[in-house]
Amino acid sequence: MDVILQFCINGLMLGMMYALVAVGFTLFFGVLDVIVFSHGDTVMIGAFAGLSMHWWLELFHPGLAMGWRLLWVLVAAIVAVVVVGVIVARFMIMPLRKAPALNTLLATMMLGTVLRESVRLFFPDGSNPKPFPHLLPDWAWQHGNLTLRFDNVILFLSGALVIVLVYLLINKTRLGMAIRAVAQDEEAAQLMGVNFTMIVLATFALGSAVAAVAGVMNGIYYNEINFGVGLLLGAIGFSASVIGGLGNVYGAIAGGFIFAFLQTLGAVALPFSSAFKDVFAFGVVIIIMALRPTGLIAEPSSQRV
Amino acid sequence: MRHNSSRDLVIPGPAGCALMALALLAWCILFLKAEEQIPILVYMISGCLLVLVAALSDLHKSISATIASNEAAWDGCMIGVMLLLMITFRDDHYTLLLLGTIMAYATAVLGLNVQLGFTGVINFSAASFFGIGCYTAAILGTAGWPSLLCLVMGGVMAALVGCLLLAPVLRTSGHYAALVTMAFALLFRVFLEVSDLLGGPQGVAVPPMQMFGVDFSQAMQLWGSECSFYLRYDIALLILLSLSFAFVRRLERSWIGLSMDAVRSDETASACFGINIAKWKIVAFTLGNLLSGLSGALYGMMLAYISPANYAFADSLIFLSILLLGGIGNSWGVILATVFVVVVPEKFQVIQEYRYLLYAALVLFMIIYRPMGLLPRKVRNYGRLA
Repeated sequence: MDVILQFCINGLMLGMMYALVAVGFTLFFGVLDVIVFSHGDTVMIGAFAGLSMHWWLELFHPGLAMGWRLLWVLVAAIVAVVVVGVIVARFMIMPLRKAPALNTLLATMMLGTVLRESVRLFFPDGSNPKPFPHLLPDWAWQHGNLTLRFDNVILFLSGALVIVLVYLLINKTRLGMAIRAVAQDEEAAQLMGVNFTMIVLATFALGSAVAAVAGVMNGIYYNEINFGVGLLLGAIGFSASVIGGLGNVYGAIAGGFIFAFLQTLGAVALPFSSAFKDVFAFGVVIIIMALRPTGLIAEPSSQRV
Repeated sequence: MRHNSSRDLVIPGPAGCALMALALLAWCILFLKAEEQIPILVYMISGCLLVLVAALSDLHKSISATIASNEAAWDGCMIGVMLLLMITFRDDHYTLLLLGTIMAYATAVLGLNVQLGFTGVINFSAASFFGIGCYTAAILGTAGWPSLLCLVMGGVMAALVGCLLLAPVLRTSGHYAALVTMAFALLFRVFLEVSDLLGGPQGVAVPPMQMFGVDFSQAMQLWGSECSFYLRYDIALLILLSLSFAFVRRLERSWIGLSMDAVRSDETASACFGINIAKWKIVAFTLGNLLSGLSGALYGMMLAYISPANYAFADSLIFLSILLLGGIGNSWGVILATVFVVVVPEKFQVIQEYRYLLYAALVLFMIIYRPMGLLPRKVRNYGRLA
């Protein structure tokens, strides 16, 4: 029983991270109808920006309290990722809007490779995994075989908080209304006086900021970051948003948890070695696509001729 | 329909082809012989300048007119160039391996060209199907199957595994289809790494090719001098590439190719004209995987040792980059781009470390500024038939 609970807790943590990444994918698809595959690598950039900030703080402000340190790391990650996201959106994604979908997808994959390789080659000793600092108190609650780490609880709650904030922003503010308008009908939104470029950039800033939080979470959860983590995170985020139906924010969140559930299931409940968990999870994604070609929660306006 | 205006310099017929082929051969030999970085750079830049001059002046029109009107002669000349290159470098393991890699990759990308270039079936896992060929050759070869059968089975296995993906690939489109093959590419790499049967992360040895009583892993004698054992593999790969190339070109010109083009450009319209979309997508996907698997099996035998690291998602992206660089749908473009993508990082050791970065940046640049590739595919010319 304890073991199962333990796996549930780990699965929930993973699901929260995947959901945060998937939200970005689905937001970008909503406003521009493109898949920005480099989003996974932006998550990685966020973690590395946070790490750089931590190093800088260690050098110049060694006595800083843990909470402040975490705040600064988060701020650095968010600023770096938002800048990268907005630049990418303005100078790459928007000019490619009229290109065939495959070209945009390939271009963003190549951009992801550029980001990944740049970190590997130009970040100091970037090709090796880096230890990520413990920025949260490491208390733990022990019960038999079950360990509930306090930092995991904080991470989970802050992830949930981010999701609630995104929900409020999209549903309760003027900016959110404009984002929804652009997602629904770009031209009509422009006729109503919505500044299309600004809204697209704001959406990319929002998605990227969420991704930065996911990056720092990822670093704290695994105590380590690696330049290659973005590829898998990107693929998982993409899978999660597709399972949930592209363009649907709640679907993406659900998709993130579904993917984490599949991984956990593959690791514990099935009669093969836990190393096959990713094989199982991606295999199920392929099967889901065969059965429901536009995701579990189908795309609202699937085009039929 | 010949439109050679009078001011075009037209080198007559097969002689023109032979002349161009000789020039190409001379340049290739000089380039491949060069070992210092400076001469390599000089040859490289001079080659690029020549191409640029040809592209900016009217020369490229007369060159392509000569090639188009003497295609058989040109194809023959290119095979001749390849053979002469192999003979020139017959005792040089490194260069022969390089030539073999070019030919194996080119065959695999031709398969991808049938899928994506002709029919528009998205495949982000070309390297995985290439890898299935390699691993099939390794496992069946170790089990003692005859080499030729291993080779064929490499292709057949790739096609069969591809059939597993058919349902999701046919039912989905656009981004959803991209996800299916991408998930497969990621799944395949992890699968190779964690399954002990396939050697895990260390990989497996592939038994050498044995055909007509000849062991391909032994050095061979040619005119009394010792040659590298890679020479036999290179000849086998050249045969495979030539056959695949001829096949793909004929496919492209036939009514099958026409149907495939129709499916790619407008599914709804072609369905209205009675073209069975699902059928041609299945044919294209299976054929493409077959070619990838065949070349993978032969290449695996040539390498003698394979490991999962070579069949990752990044390698599938390299195959796609080759297709996009060359000009999607253009078979000659595939050959040109493969040479470029394989040779440049091997000859410039300086950029070896940066090669993924450079490929990615280059393809990004191409997609934004020249989405049709280096050699854009031409519209069919039925002029000669008329």
